[in-house]
Amino acid sequence: MSAIIDPAALDRPNSYIGKSVPRPNLPKLVEGRGQYVDDVVLPRMVHVAFVRCPHAHALIKRIDAKDALAVPGVLRVFTGQDLAVVCDPWVAVLVHLAGMKSAPQYPLPLVRATWHGEAVVAVVADTRALAEDGVSRVLVDYDPLPAVADMETALAPGTPLIHPELGDNLCFQRINESGDVAAAFKAAHKIVEATFHTGRHTGVTLEPRSILADYNKGSGKLVVHHSTQAPHMMQGVFAKQLRMAEGDVRVICVDVGGSFGIKVHVYPDEVATVAIAKLMGRPVKFIADRLESFGSDIHARDHRIHGKMAVDAEGRITAIDIDDLTGIGPYSVYPRTSAIEGNQVINLVGGPYDFANYRAKTTVVLQNKTPTCQYRAVGHPIAVTVTEGLVDLAAEALGMDPITFRLKNLMRDDSYPRTSPAGMKFEGLSHIKSLGRLMDMIDYPALRAEQDAARAKGIYRGIGFAAFIELTNPSPFMYGIGGARISAQDGCSVRIDPDGSVVAATGVTEQGQGTEGIIRQIVAEAVGVAVGAVRVITGDTQNTPYGGGTWACRGAGIGGEAALQAGLATRAAALEVASAMLQAHADTLDIVDGNIVDRATAIIRMPLSELTRIVYFRGDTLPPGLPRELMQTRHFITKEYPFAFTNGIQACWLEVDVETGLIKLLKHWVVEDCGRIINPLLVDEQVRGGVVQGIGGALYEHCAYSPEGQLLVGSMADYLVPMAAEMPDIEVGHIETPTRESLLGAKGAGEAGTAGAPAAIMNAINDALRPLDAQVLAQPFSPERILQALGKVPMRG
Amino acid sequence: MKAPDFIYCRAESLADALRLKAEHGDQARWLAGGQSLLAALAFRLSEPTALIDISRIDALRGITFDAGVVRIGAGTTHTALGVSDIIRRHVPLLAEAVPLIAHAAIRNRGTIGGSLAFADPAAELPACCVALEATLIAVGPKGERRIAANAFFEGVYATALRDDELLTWIEIVAAQADEQQTLVELTRRSGDYAMAGVAAVLRGDAAEITHARLVFFALGDRPVAAAKAAALLVGKPLDEAQVALAATASAQEIDPAGDLNGGPEMKTHLAQVVLSRALRQIMTQAKAKAERTAA
Repeated sequence: MSAIIDPAALDRPNSYIGKSVPRPNLPKLVEGRGQYVDDVVLPRMVHVAFVRCPHAHALIKRIDAKDALAVPGVLRVFTGQDLAVVCDPWVAVLVHLAGMKSAPQYPLPLVRATWHGEAVVAVVADTRALAEDGVSRVLVDYDPLPAVADMETALAPGTPLIHPELGDNLCFQRINESGDVAAAFKAAHKIVEATFHTGRHTGVTLEPRSILADYNKGSGKLVVHHSTQAPHMMQGVFAKQLRMAEGDVRVICVDVGGSFGIKVHVYPDEVATVAIAKLMGRPVKFIADRLESFGSDIHARDHRIHGKMAVDAEGRITAIDIDDLTGIGPYSVYPRTSAIEGNQVINLVGGPYDFANYRAKTTVVLQNKTPTCQYRAVGHPIAVTVTEGLVDLAAEALGMDPITFRLKNLMRDDSYPRTSPAGMKFEGLSHIKSLGRLMDMIDYPALRAEQDAARAKGIYRGIGFAAFIELTNPSPFMYGIGGARISAQDGCSVRIDPDGSVVAATGVTEQGQGTEGIIRQIVAEAVGVAVGAVRVITGDTQNTPYGGGTWACRGAGIGGEAALQAGLATRAAALEVASAMLQAHADTLDIVDGNIVDRATAIIRMPLSELTRIVYFRGDTLPPGLPRELMQTRHFITKEYPFAFTNGIQACWLEVDVETGLIKLLKHWVVEDCGRIINPLLVDEQVRGGVVQGIGGALYEHCAYSPEGQLLVGSMADYLVPMAAEMPDIEVGHIETPTRESLLGAKGAGEAGTAGAPAAIMNAINDALRPLDAQVLAQPFSPERILQALGKVPMRG
Repeated sequence: MKAPDFIYCRAESLADALRLKAEHGDQARWLAGGQSLLAALAFRLSEPTALIDISRIDALRGITFDAGVVRIGAGTTHTALGVSDIIRRHVPLLAEAVPLIAHAAIRNRGTIGGSLAFADPAAELPACCVALEATLIAVGPKGERRIAANAFFEGVYATALRDDELLTWIEIVAAQADEQQTLVELTRRSGDYAMAGVAAVLRGDAAEITHARLVFFALGDRPVAAAKAAALLVGKPLDEAQVALAATASAQEIDPAGDLNGGPEMKTHLAQVVLSRALRQIMTQAKAKAERTAA
C-alpha cells in the first residue's frame, strides 16, 4: 500500500477510517464506571491538602504547625525546606528561545511566596477533610511585599523585582521580522491600527488535577496514578526531580476527565505530593478542589497586542506590525515554558494571508499572578483575534466587504508548498476552498438583508468572520530542540492474541476526546478485523511504547500513523504465517473481518483464531524457520515539516442588546481542513467543543484580579464558563487536504474551534455596533465593556 | 472544600425542631434544601456545630388558599412552587420567578423559606415577597411572630429572624382582579444570579394606576423598594412617558455596589432598563387582558 488511504475506495467490511464509529469507552464513562485517580484507593493511603498564600507576594517569616499537628488524624506537616531534602528545583527555559530566563522553582517555596494561591505548606492526614482541618490551623507569618500585578509596568524602573537574581522581570523577548515593514507602511494606501486585549482565563476540566503517588521503600519503585496528558514526560520529570532512575518510576493514567492542555504541565503541588510519598513511604493522594484550582491550574492568554496593518489601493495587505505583551506569573512553567504562547503569537499572526512585510515582537514578563502556560489552541486565539480584527478594520477603511477583502488576500490554494512571512512552512492549505464552502453554508446575502431589516427595527445584529491556521503534529522543533525531554515521536504496538482479537498499546493518551476510539478504528482497518475485536491500551508508561502523549493536536496525526503502520505490519506478519499454512503466496491472501481470505475471491480460507491457535499452541507444525511475529511495533515522527498546519474559517451571527450589553449568539459556522478525517463525528464534536471554549474566552471566562494581585474568582459562580442554554447551533463543514508526510494523511482537529471563535465573535459584535460608531477590542466582551463602548456607562478606573 | 465536622440531627416535627435548637444552641443552623448552606460549609465560610434538618417536617410543606390568602410552607421547594395552580392563579409573580432561580437541580432541593432566611440580595424570592407585601411567620420558643416582608430583610444575609426562631410560613394576599405582576432580571447566563432585577406589582386600569410596588434585587444589600418611582405611577395611566419618568426616578433610589460583572454605574443603568422592561411588560399584559375581557 503506497497511496494515502482513500475511504471511498475501501468500502469493505473493516473500512473504518472516515466513518463515525462510536467510541469504545463511552458506555463505561456514561455509566460512571470510569477509573479516575480519585477512584483509586490503596492500602495505607493518606491525603494531602495545602496551605495557600493569601498574598500576591510575601516573605514567609515563620510557619507554626503545632496546632495543626494536634488535630486528630493529622499525620505530618511539610514545608518547602522539608521537601527540598528529597526534591530538586526546576528551571523552565528552552535553549532555542534565545535569552529566555526564569528562576528555580521548588515544590513548596523556601523563602517567598510569589502568587495568591501558591501552595506554601502541606498537611497530610487520614482524610482530605482532616487535612483541611489541619490546614486551617497552620499559622504562617507572612510579611507582605509589593506585588507586580500590572504587566504594563512590570519592566518599568521602580517596579519590584520578583527574582532579583534575574536582574529584571523580563522572561523572554523576540522579534520575528521579514521584508521591509517601514517601507511598506510608508508606501501604504491606508493604515489601520488597534490595541487588543485577550483576557486571562483558564481551562476548567470536569476532573480536577489529581495525583496519587505510591513509593515503595522495599522495592525502591515509585508508581504514580496521575491525571495527565503526558505520562512518559511525567515519568522523566518525577525521576529527575526526586533523583531516581527513570526505570524505577511508573506513571499510570486510566481515565482522564478532560485536559485542554491544563494537564500537561509540572505543578509544584503535584511534585510535592510525590516527594511526600517518598518521604513517608505511604501512598499520598492529592485531588485539587475547585477553589484551589482557580489559583493553581495554569492560566493563559493574558495578552495586550498593538497591531498595525498596511494595505495598498487595490486592497492588498502589504505589511503587518504587531507588539505583543504578556504577563506569565512569577515562574515560567516547566518543562514547556511560558514563553511558547507569546512565541506562537508572533509565528501565527497574518498566517492565512499573502503578504510580504512582517514585524512582530513579543515581550514576556514576570508578575505576581498565577503562572500561565499552554492551554488549548496555544497563542492561536490571540493571533487570530489580532489578524482578523485588523483585516476587518482594513476592509472597513477601504469600504470593502470583509469577504471580498479576505478573498483578495488569502493564500491561493495552488500556491503550496510555501513559507509565511512569519517563517511557517505550509505543505498544503485550502483557504479559498474553505471560504467557498462557508459561503455555501451561510447564505451571506440573506444574512446581510436580515441585518438591514433588523436595524430598521432598532435590533443590532452582526456577522463576523475569522480565517485561521492551526499548528498540529509538532516535530522536535517545538520543544525537543530546546532541550526539553518531550517526545515528538510516538509509537504503537499491535498484537494478535490467541483468540484472534487484537490489542493496540499506544503512547498517545485519552482524556475524553476519543483517542482510543480512533486508534481502534485505524488498527481494526489496518489488521482487517471488526472494531469490536480491538482493545486499546493507553496511559501506562510500563505497558505502552514511549511517546509524547496527547497535546498540540498530535494524537491522530502522529499516534494514528504509528498505529496504522503497526497494524499493517501485524497484518503482513499474520499473512506470512497464513501463506505457509495455506501453501499460498501471501500476496494472494488478505485478512477481512477476522478471517484469512483469498484476496481475489474473498472466499474464507480460515479464521484468524485458527492461525493464532497454531502459532501459540502448535508452533511445532509450522516450518522451523518461519517468523511468527504476531506483535509489531512502529513509531512515527514527522520529518519534512516542523508542523502540519491546518486551516479553516469561522463565521458568527449574533445580536447585541444595546440597552443591556448582552450578546445573543444566533448561529456559528466552521469550515476546517484537518486533512484525513478518521471519525467525522469526533472531529465535528472537537470543533464544536473548541468553538464553545472560544466563546467562553470571548464572552464569559475571566480570571479577574484586583489591582493588588488578588485573584477575585473562586467558584463557578464567579468564573463563568459557557453553558448549553447560551450556545448557538454550530454547523461544521470540511475540506480534506491530507498531509503527504504520512500514509494516514491526518492532521490535528482539536484546537481549530478555539483558535477562530473569539475573533469571529469580536468581528460580529463590531459589525453589529458599526452604525452606532462603537467598537470593542478587549476580551471578554462583557455587558459592561459593550455598554462602555456605547457610551452608556463610564469606563472603570 | 470539605466542611468541618458538625453534628447532624433531623427534626421530625416543628416542636422537635425547636427542642433540638434549644439543645444545640446558637451555633446550630437550620438545614432546609442546603443549596446555599452546604456550599458555605464547603468553603468554610460558616462553621456551625450542628445542622438541624427541617426538610422532613410535613407541616412546613404545601400551599393552601383560604379567604383570599395564599399560605406557603417555608419548606416548599422552588419546583413545587412553580407547578402549583394556586400560585399560578393567585400569585403569578412567584410562578414567573421560579424558572429564573438557578438551575433545575437546585430548584428541586432549594426551598422558599431557605431562600428568604438566607437573604441573598441578588435572589428573586425576597424581592417578590417585598413587592407582594407578604407576611413572614416565624416560630420560636415564645410562640409565633408575624413579620412584614419589608421589615424582614436587614442586609446581606441578615434578617429579622432571631437565633432561636424558625421561618415557617409565608402568607400573601391573592392578586386582585385589576392587578398585574411581573419580574424582569438580567443575567450573563441563564440560571446565574442577576446583575439587576425588579419585581413589579401594579393595580389599576387603562385610565389610572391605583397601586404600584417596584422592588429591585441585586442592586443593594437587600431588596430595595423604589417607592418614589412607584408613587409617580399612581394616579395616572401607564404609558411610555410614565415608564421613562419612573425609570429615571428609580436611579436616585438605589446605591448599588459594583461586582465582577460591572461597576455601580452599570448596575444603575441596568436598573433603569429592567424597570422599563417590567413596566412595558405590564402594559402589554394589561392590554391583552383588556382585549380578552372585551372579547
